[in-house]
Amino acid sequence: MKTNHLGAGRIRRAPEGFLSPEGVKTVFREARSGRRDFLRNAFAAAAAGAAVPAALAQSNPVPAAGGDSNILELPEHTRGLGQGVASEGYGRPSKFEANLQRRQSPGLTQTTQSSVSFAPMQSMFGIVTPSGLHFERHHQGWWDIDPSKHRLMVNGSAPGMVKTPKVFTVDEIMRLPSVSRFHFIECGANTGMEWGNVAVPTAQYSHGMLSCSEFTGVPLITLLEMAGADLRRGKFVLAEGADGSSMTRTIPLGQILSGEVLVAYGQNGEMLRPENGYPLRLVVPGVQGVSWVKYLRRIELGDKPYASKDEAVHYIDLLPGGQHRQYTSIQECKSVVTTPSGGQVLLDQGFHNITGLAWSGRGKVKKVDVSVDGGRNWRSARLETPVLSKCLTRFNIDWAWDGRAAIIQSRASDDTGYVQPSYRQLRAVRGTRSIYHNNAIQSWLVQENGEVKNVQLS
Amino acid sequence: MSSCPERVIWRAAALLVLVCAPVFAADKYPGIGRAATPKELAAWDIDVRPDFLGLPKGSGSVAQGQTVWEAKCESCHGVFGESNQVFSPIVGGTTAEDVKTGRVARLTDVAYPGRTTLMKVATLSTLWDYINRAMPWNQPKSLSTDEVYAVLAYMLNLGNVVPDNFTLSDQTMAQAQSRMPNRNGMTTDHALWPGKELRVAAKPDVAAVACMRNCVDGPIVASALPDFARNQHGNLAEQNRPVGPQRGADTTLPEAKSGSKPVAAAAVASVAPPPPVAPAKAEGAGVDGKVALALATKLNCTACHGVTQKIVGPAFTDVARKHAGKVDYLSGKIKAGGAGVWGPIPMPPQTLSDAEARLLANWIGSGATR
Repeated sequence: MKTNHLGAGRIRRAPEGFLSPEGVKTVFREARSGRRDFLRNAFAAAAAGAAVPAALAQSNPVPAAGGDSNILELPEHTRGLGQGVASEGYGRPSKFEANLQRRQSPGLTQTTQSSVSFAPMQSMFGIVTPSGLHFERHHQGWWDIDPSKHRLMVNGSAPGMVKTPKVFTVDEIMRLPSVSRFHFIECGANTGMEWGNVAVPTAQYSHGMLSCSEFTGVPLITLLEMAGADLRRGKFVLAEGADGSSMTRTIPLGQILSGEVLVAYGQNGEMLRPENGYPLRLVVPGVQGVSWVKYLRRIELGDKPYASKDEAVHYIDLLPGGQHRQYTSIQECKSVVTTPSGGQVLLDQGFHNITGLAWSGRGKVKKVDVSVDGGRNWRSARLETPVLSKCLTRFNIDWAWDGRAAIIQSRASDDTGYVQPSYRQLRAVRGTRSIYHNNAIQSWLVQENGEVKNVQLS
Repeated sequence: MSSCPERVIWRAAALLVLVCAPVFAADKYPGIGRAATPKELAAWDIDVRPDFLGLPKGSGSVAQGQTVWEAKCESCHGVFGESNQVFSPIVGGTTAEDVKTGRVARLTDVAYPGRTTLMKVATLSTLWDYINRAMPWNQPKSLSTDEVYAVLAYMLNLGNVVPDNFTLSDQTMAQAQSRMPNRNGMTTDHALWPGKELRVAAKPDVAAVACMRNCVDGPIVASALPDFARNQHGNLAEQNRPVGPQRGADTTLPEAKSGSKPVAAAAVASVAPPPPVAPAKAEGAGVDGKVALALATKLNCTACHGVTQKIVGPAFTDVARKHAGKVDYLSGKIKAGGAGVWGPIPMPPQTLSDAEARLLANWIGSGATR
């Protein structure tokens, strides 16, 4: 175990209460301007002044003045008049939350239009991804398409494959009976940079091509039936987008027949965001994000797969023998601890709630086990409700950190009996050059200094 | 409704018994959807399958393809398909032996850097379909059918798949397909396809067990980010919530050693709201930065130029430093294109009005402020 930073250095919350209001102001000013000397001196003095035994030190200590100035001196928001309704027609997060942003991984791509932005997994709660933080993957840039001009065509690869090729407006799609369902969407290349070794520092970059929303739309089977589809001759559906790349992917008919594939327009109670396919996108539960074609303009029923660019040049998984797996689609059972995770620093020893996400493209998460000793021993975590099929599941487990180095891992199992593998198990079969479908167990090293690092174990 | 055979449906309909009513989806939702016209189908149904269903008549020679390539493809994909480090290279890594066997031998070589398109793709239809629907990158669907054939012929020729005098057409596609270097390189023998439409494996390839006690010996860390990469993804303190059980590590500073108290600073600093990520205002010499940037985005300038960041071409702010105030020069360059000022990658001539060119030149020449 990597233990470079021995010693009993305790991590304490900043004792703001030890400073005079004047001193606090100076601290803020210095902190903003990036100067740290004053801070160090102030904390050294405060720590010395506290003079309590280390074992009793609290991250939320009672200040020497007999009370916390945040309590004793009523703040302006308690003494004044706040803002009125509708001052923001479309509300936004607190200004204190501005650190939570979709971000690009430096050097991963050369253009922003054919690129990806990662969702801040390390800072989110529950299972729903706020729509503004949903990860992005564009192949030829995104558009904000006028819904009154958008059309969806349903046709066949040959005469008779559908009785009457049809055209629908968005109005018409939205008139049809709708369903709303929670599903995760994960890029097939999520965690793809980590096949060979650790490459990125945080859960945002390692697992952030993952989001989960409530999608509202019409089962695709309804539209196919309305066009009079021959569902015995048809075996595959081509889904095609309206953007520059006119993204295409082959969708299995079986999954469409089950009714779970949706033509969606709603996402978390509002319309899809433009970055996520406004006004129409396909929802293919359990299958990698590239199949969830955005700006959906056409559905073609055919009897053979299509070998589109993103299933014949990209999104193919290289095996050690030099063959590529084609039409890999399902996102297998996977999990990740999001708190604490890489790039974070724990504030103190003592109690911590380890929390994370688990999901399976084959069904429901059955169990999540958590280890804090690098996989030697495991305890089962609590699964928070709802536990839904092909949807993120939130898990939690108690942990008291004793200040020593620890390696935190999570391992999910789904209701088919499949168990999330370790890197060793995964690489033994697929090598390290697959790029796609890396669902290995993630390891986070908590160092004595409280800083958490992304690591892989031998 | 596969569970409701057609015969039954008709009988049921005749009897006005709606047992199988869901089958009549077309009738069930009256007034919704209409028949597509032949013209509409022709406009959108452009896909080409591996068996060449959907392939339009046409042809193009290697020589014709070179002309198309040099005019429309080379600026991003390189003179020889090596792609100027912008996109993944298209050509390279295949041999005459691969053309014979249909398996690219280099794919087994872990030391070979990267994988080119021709090393991977098994189906020629894929390339035809994709060039036709998505290329050139900033002007998709602008190539004629013959240009698609020609430029694909040129790419195959660069990869020594077809000879110099080859003409690719709807008649010769199958011949070229039979020489694709990795045509036998694909397998569907895996359990990652959700259905029975393809011949796939019945069981997942990796079978782990959920051991609970004494599962492995003491863990050994085999891989971690090197110290020099500590701040490579930006300051992680600014990428984490400033309240909660932890903070982001301040990666602009070396890692805290034992005995120090690294978090306290972050905790205090958190009380001040983090700075806004994108500055929203600023003006430059009478040019509205927002309008100019919107125009640059609309015209796809930003595909190759960042405002403050080099992409394929230089950042606008770098251009501003070098050519401050030179509106005539810059608007001329925008319209005529060029190469050599900022490196070997050429900028193609841009189609835009004089007014648009001058607006952009004005904005860039005055500092490209947002």
